Amino acid sequence: MKSNKIFISGDEAVAQGVRLSRPHVVAAYPITPQTITVERLAEMAESGEMEGEYMHVESEHSAISATMGASSVGARTFTASSSQGLLYMAEGLHYCSGGRWPVVMMNANRSVALPWSIYGDQRDSLSLLDCGWIQVYVEDAQEALDMIIQAYKIAEHKDVLTPMMVNLDGFILTHTYELVDIPEQEMVDKFLPAFQTPNKMSFEEPKNLGFSSKPDDNTEFKYQQNEAMFNSIQVLKDVDQEFADTFGRKYDGMVEEYRCEDAEVVLVALGSVCGTIRVVVDKMRAEGKKVGLLKIRYMRPFPEAEVKDLAKRVNAIGVVDKDISFGYEGTVYTNVNSAISKIDKYVYKSNFVGGLGGRDITKDEIEEMFNKLFSGVENKSEEKVEFFSLNVESND
Amino acid sequence: MTNLVDIPKVNAKNMTEKEFFYGHKACAGCGGSIAVRLALKVLGERTYTALPAGCMSAVGFIYPQMAFNTNAIITTFPGSASMASGIAVGAKALGQKDVKTVVFAGDGGTADIGFQALSGMIDRNDDVLYICYDNEAYMNTGIQKSGLTPYGTKTTTTPAGDNIPGTITHKKNLFEIIAAHDIAYAATASIGYPQDFLNKVNKAKHIKGATFIHVYASCPTGWGTPTETSVEIAKDAVDCGLIFLAEFEDGEYKLNRNPKQFAPVQDYLKKQGRFKHMSDADMQCVIDNRDKKWSRMRKHWL
Ligand SMILES: Cc1ncc(C[n+]2csc(CCOP(=O)(O)OP(=O)(O)O)c2C)c(N)n1
Ligand code: SF4
Repeated sequence: MKSNKIFISGDEAVAQGVRLSRPHVVAAYPITPQTITVERLAEMAESGEMEGEYMHVESEHSAISATMGASSVGARTFTASSSQGLLYMAEGLHYCSGGRWPVVMMNANRSVALPWSIYGDQRDSLSLLDCGWIQVYVEDAQEALDMIIQAYKIAEHKDVLTPMMVNLDGFILTHTYELVDIPEQEMVDKFLPAFQTPNKMSFEEPKNLGFSSKPDDNTEFKYQQNEAMFNSIQVLKDVDQEFADTFGRKYDGMVEEYRCEDAEVVLVALGSVCGTIRVVVDKMRAEGKKVGLLKIRYMRPFPEAEVKDLAKRVNAIGVVDKDISFGYEGTVYTNVNSAISKIDKYVYKSNFVGGLGGRDITKDEIEEMFNKLFSGVENKSEEKVEFFSLNVESND
Repeated sequence: MTNLVDIPKVNAKNMTEKEFFYGHKACAGCGGSIAVRLALKVLGERTYTALPAGCMSAVGFIYPQMAFNTNAIITTFPGSASMASGIAVGAKALGQKDVKTVVFAGDGGTADIGFQALSGMIDRNDDVLYICYDNEAYMNTGIQKSGLTPYGTKTTTTPAGDNIPGTITHKKNLFEIIAAHDIAYAATASIGYPQDFLNKVNKAKHIKGATFIHVYASCPTGWGTPTETSVEIAKDAVDCGLIFLAEFEDGEYKLNRNPKQFAPVQDYLKKQGRFKHMSDADMQCVIDNRDKKWSRMRKHWL
């Protein structure tokens, strides 16, 4: 296979993925650390490299509204945001999934104010887990590019018709340069044909969209939306396989297991921290410790089957959360724990909350987490939620 | 730019008999629905209609009863202009020809929450005709004050009592704020002068790019007026000078009507429940404000 590797940042990789997907309309509003994506797309529109229309919207609310408008006439659309911008879109995010418009968005994961912070954690997208979007988290720039292309195919599938958010850790992925393989346009065109949908206004068959519904049928619409989300589980696996057949890269669908075959304790995480965890897993494995990593790729739909399957095989599961649902625990943990509770077996569980507002999660900290999991199993401890590497005294 | 002189005229005789807004659930005598109905007759079948939350969307799309015979969509409340922009740009990207996108938004959806998106839409000059039907309050949520509610109006959030005489701000100067964007075409209208409104919609239809019409549209429910007087009261508003008919075109303002004498403002106000409580001093305040406005318009727009 011919390869065309260039040295680009995660943001630029996203822009390349968007260009290759041939969107009709791009509408996005700049916000650090997503900005480079928007700038690159503008340059591509200027040079004619990207054929779609580039809209200079005046806000994120308008960005999501404009993409919905364009999608409602059958156009393929892209938007991008982060943090405050994503939250400013929140009304539109629910609207978009309810309208069943397969908009694709890149979100650069960034902490949300206050305190103001431009650095990365995942509280922005995880706090919007219930807005009806498919959410995928990537680990590097190549995966970011590939997932943009896959996202269109998944979101636009007739059994899915659900918008999709591709999440990249701010700075760690958006601004780090890597060698990225840029697929050939011809092959992308073959993999991703033009967007076709019955869910649009047209002059051949006029429609009224975005309607109201009475209590008599609202639940049925929401049921269908939920079914579509479940339908996407098979679709995203098929799309990943087809992607592998075409481009030679595979991402394993909902989750990726790393050295979990005979693992006794595993850490569960999303996004770029998985890279650090892999290194620690290798080190500890070399020391004879049976540790592993479960990288959750999709938070919605949630990989319940995969988490349950793993829980049956291990003694302890720790969840690394770069977010917190104030007054409770990390959001990823809530989801993982809920899946584990459905199997009939004792597994020691622990939630490690940290890395907020861009603080590094170090290899030493990860090793300590693994060790805590081992001792939790040994002492048959209660499940635990803790902030790690904290500079202030915690309550306990 | 389109040569506006060559545009074929519309009138009651050559207008389509087809109804594009049929079977809706608006109150009897609703001025907003008259504005939508008339405008769609001029705009015709190749129109995408976008409406934010507000009375016209609430009465038009109650699944499974859809009142628009042409393509229509409810937008987010703040995003009517941006969603319409997306429709227009999407249609362009898909190579669709001879299509028009129109927004029908209330005064609240236009002058308040939707204003940012509207400003952006005009700035980009997207091919959208934005029609604000002005019933002078948030009607769909039960008659609350908007930025276009006039001085003295009693609404549910500006109740009139011993301490406050209802609404204490004057109407936002919407038409001129829009014109200040250097938009290609903007106009004011009233459903009390339907031919004038039709002409303006027709003009806007033939202009490629962003256009704006602010149409005064009575609301018997919110105003406390008899349903059969809706058109009459919308005409009265113009005749007493509280509403003016004007255009902004090629950077110039034009007054379409410049009456030598105004009908008495008091007669207009006293016909409506929402102004019943007004004192003579409050009415004088309304008149003074009108006179100031007209002296400015006459000085600069004639
Ligand atoms: C973001 C948001 N805020 C508030 C509302 C509630 N809301 C629905 S309609 C409406 C008032 C509409 O007033 P206006 O635009 O003047 O139109 P009218 O009802 O008078 O036709 C409001 C406040 C909403 N739908 N969305
Ligand atoms: S409340 Fe007023 S604007 Fe709303 S439908 Fe009734 S008459 Fe029309």
